[in-house]
Amino acid sequence: MQLAVWTYEGPPHVGAMRVATAMEKLHYVLHAPQGDTYADLLFTMIERRGKRPPVTYTTFEARDLGKDTAQIFQDAAREAVARFNPQAIIVGASCTAELIQDDPAGLAEAMGLPIPAIPLELPSYQRKENWGAAETFYQIVRHLADTTVNREPREGRRPSANILGPTALGFRHRDDLVEIKKILALLDVEVNLVAPLGATPEDIARIGAADFNIVLYPEIADEAARWLERTFAQPAVRTIPIGVGATRSFIADVAELAGADPTPALGDTSSRLPWWSRSVDSTYLTSKRVFIFGDATHAVAAARIAREELGFEVCGLGCYNREFAREIRAEAARCGVEPLITDDHLAVEDAIAAACPELVLGTQMERHIAKRLGLPCAVISAPVHVQDFPARHSPQMGFEGANVIFDTWVHPLVMGLEEHLLTMFREDFEFSDEAGASHHAAHSPRKAAPEPVPFVSSEVETHNVAPPSSLSTSLETNGELVSSLWTAEAERELKKIPFFVRGKARRNTENFAAAEGRRQIDLETLYDAKAHYAR
Amino acid sequence: MSALDILDGCAAELARPAAGTQRPVLRERGQREVFCGLTGIIWLHRKMQDAFFLVVGSRTCAHLLQSAAGVMIFAEPRFATAIMEERDLAGMVDAQDELDRVVNRLLERRPDIRTLFLVGSCPSEVIKLDLAKAAQRLGAVHMPRVRILNYSGSGIETTFTQGEDACLAALVPVMPALPADSAPELLIVGSLPDIVEDQFLRLFADLGITRVGCLPARNARELPAVGPNTRYLLAQPFLGETAMALEGRGAKRIEALFPFGVEGTSDWLRAAAREFGVDPALTEQVLAPGRERARIALSKLRPQLEGKRISFLPDSQLEVPLARYLQDELGMELVEVGTPYLHRAHLARELESFGPNVRLSEGQHVERQLDRVRADRPDITVCGLGLANPLEGEGLTTKWAIELVFSPIHGFDQAADLAELFARPLRRRDLLEV
Repeated sequence: MQLAVWTYEGPPHVGAMRVATAMEKLHYVLHAPQGDTYADLLFTMIERRGKRPPVTYTTFEARDLGKDTAQIFQDAAREAVARFNPQAIIVGASCTAELIQDDPAGLAEAMGLPIPAIPLELPSYQRKENWGAAETFYQIVRHLADTTVNREPREGRRPSANILGPTALGFRHRDDLVEIKKILALLDVEVNLVAPLGATPEDIARIGAADFNIVLYPEIADEAARWLERTFAQPAVRTIPIGVGATRSFIADVAELAGADPTPALGDTSSRLPWWSRSVDSTYLTSKRVFIFGDATHAVAAARIAREELGFEVCGLGCYNREFAREIRAEAARCGVEPLITDDHLAVEDAIAAACPELVLGTQMERHIAKRLGLPCAVISAPVHVQDFPARHSPQMGFEGANVIFDTWVHPLVMGLEEHLLTMFREDFEFSDEAGASHHAAHSPRKAAPEPVPFVSSEVETHNVAPPSSLSTSLETNGELVSSLWTAEAERELKKIPFFVRGKARRNTENFAAAEGRRQIDLETLYDAKAHYAR
Repeated sequence: MSALDILDGCAAELARPAAGTQRPVLRERGQREVFCGLTGIIWLHRKMQDAFFLVVGSRTCAHLLQSAAGVMIFAEPRFATAIMEERDLAGMVDAQDELDRVVNRLLERRPDIRTLFLVGSCPSEVIKLDLAKAAQRLGAVHMPRVRILNYSGSGIETTFTQGEDACLAALVPVMPALPADSAPELLIVGSLPDIVEDQFLRLFADLGITRVGCLPARNARELPAVGPNTRYLLAQPFLGETAMALEGRGAKRIEALFPFGVEGTSDWLRAAAREFGVDPALTEQVLAPGRERARIALSKLRPQLEGKRISFLPDSQLEVPLARYLQDELGMELVEVGTPYLHRAHLARELESFGPNVRLSEGQHVERQLDRVRADRPDITVCGLGLANPLEGEGLTTKWAIELVFSPIHGFDQAADLAELFARPLRRRDLLEV
């Protein structure tokens, strides 16, 4: 058993729902107890869909347990087909139905429905949401793709591609798709099919007609793309076009497979990130320490942007989806940090506290961790709340995506001039610790009264109960009473350092003192350490 | 429910009252768009401040709690899920050992916990993981510091607010005994927001009823006593199991309307006053200021709601008393009143004012029910969040039902707030020009 308050991913059948909801004319008959319909509101509330997800739940109850539930399943499937008239259905079980062993696949097959019924095996006690989405999409493609499709010779026609991966409840999938289509138009590549988002089962049948595939979100589309590679000899573009550099690589890769001239797409000057990042205003961003956590794809892309396009220093990198840990390990090696592969948010919180970043890039969970620690933060990956399904166009991919990313990441940071003022006039009342940083994300809650003891490990608990001014102390000491090392004078001097870099200064000084074997930290040690760590 | 009780929507007209006084109820089964009882934890843990709720379930249960709890999950809530994994399903002994390990770790980390609820879920019920035994075993180890209880919030057994019923019913056996020779005591049953609870306690004090307990108490280790001299008032309509458990300990229910609106609240208070022999003149004198304030506040909202047609989809069992209030005090017209479960005895008086044209339904076949909503086109439909935006998308104004469980709506001083919850979506619909 795993003790959890927060989970980064839902169960695998929620992944299947994301695929079903993304598609048209497909229905999901889900063998599940009363109550599992809660997942509908992820789509109707977080993504604000104006339609119900195309899911029929059998909603069995305790009194139905026994042979009755199989009948309930068949009735539900029959009604769903009659009512919604889909081109195909997918059938499967949620975690509880998995235990009662009704075999939705066999039951659906026995019904002799007039449309394909695609069975899903989603092991709820081993796998999670992303895996469920990938498996569902793969099964849909495998069952519905028309394997007799032969591609016409390339001469005399435009190259064509499938865009694979966008789903319902995907972080910025809607807008990413717009940007990708823009790039393909500049390369004169035809879009054969976008799937699962917006595709019908009949559309899926002609998936083999494209010359190649574009895997936008490997977490969802990689499994299917590999099958398509084997079955239709369709090569795949696996470059994730998040960031200017990655977008350029993506354009080059697509152009190569399409036999197209990449120049018009590469010459797109709509990307302002390079100039924004080079302008002197951004100099203060140099070597800002950033901690990155999310799904592997977004985390790896973010790390590359942070290093190569914004000049940050990546001080931590991790993901919650083990399936893609290899990519994280490779990128972590490039960043010179230990990869963090975990789905335990308490471990992430500990890692962030230990790394003392100046900016956190993560999911909704990291946003709250950062808030608690008083650190600036931006969201780069699911899971996300309703505000990250915005009304405005805000892609992550392509050149416009890079513009969005520049603004989103820099916004929570205290601006350069302000940082300068904070250093120069740190004794002025406007810049006192209690006033805090002026930017919204950096406002850690200033609590008058102690909160109830939080359900976290003891080291982290101290953050909430400690008065805000001692934040850096609690960040750094990890519960040990190392502050006795400090002389009163050095402690006072430390307090003059702006609060958002004080944690790092304290840690550096203590490490330096330990390495030097000094038993006391006085003014001398403080400034020796400063010299030692000077960039 | 036997198969004979289940009717198609079109057969509703054929339904005949089983007994002379009972009105026909449209009973349906099919897909139910409702929460399971685990959701009750979201408000119960705020009420009982020394309690922790540990769900023994799957990743789905954890996902439900975090989806339902929204941002509250980050305020260090006192609930968590012990997520069962593949190896827990292999053998029962193993699962019990695992549970011990999780509970011990939890109690080590959270020395402030004094009551721990082991909450059953669908997976734990289906594999028949004996949480009662686990609670007993662990309780023996951790008493007196921590009391360990268990109940089921599973979807296969409970719907939404029934989770509170199951939780409170689990508390009844551990309530101290009220001596047989004790003076009569009043017990208010059902979790109420603190502000509402305080208002009621003040009113009872003004009536001269001073021996009043609340279930749940704000501190789960300081439960009120119960015995043959206990008279209890239900503050919520979804407490059938709890009521039975209280009757089992000799307590007697005071028959009353539920305290929504002016009339409901007056009836609820008067019933208690009568039971405790309070002079009727004093009762009216105590009630008068609250009644007058509520009357003034409601008079502003009545024009916005009068004559508007309303349908309720099943959610919390609050539907019947709320419909009575909206019809009797605000002049709304009831089209369909759906409830997940209809407790005939507790709601008998609530149903008396329903006209013959009010369609009363119990259970759900969500597709057929939505067909009826589309055909009826009520001015406002009360439904869950999974249905609200899709119905708005079809041009139907909705009021999302969960808010009715989370907001202070009982009593005189909340009567207008309750009306406002229904008036606001209608006003918004008229306000928006785009």
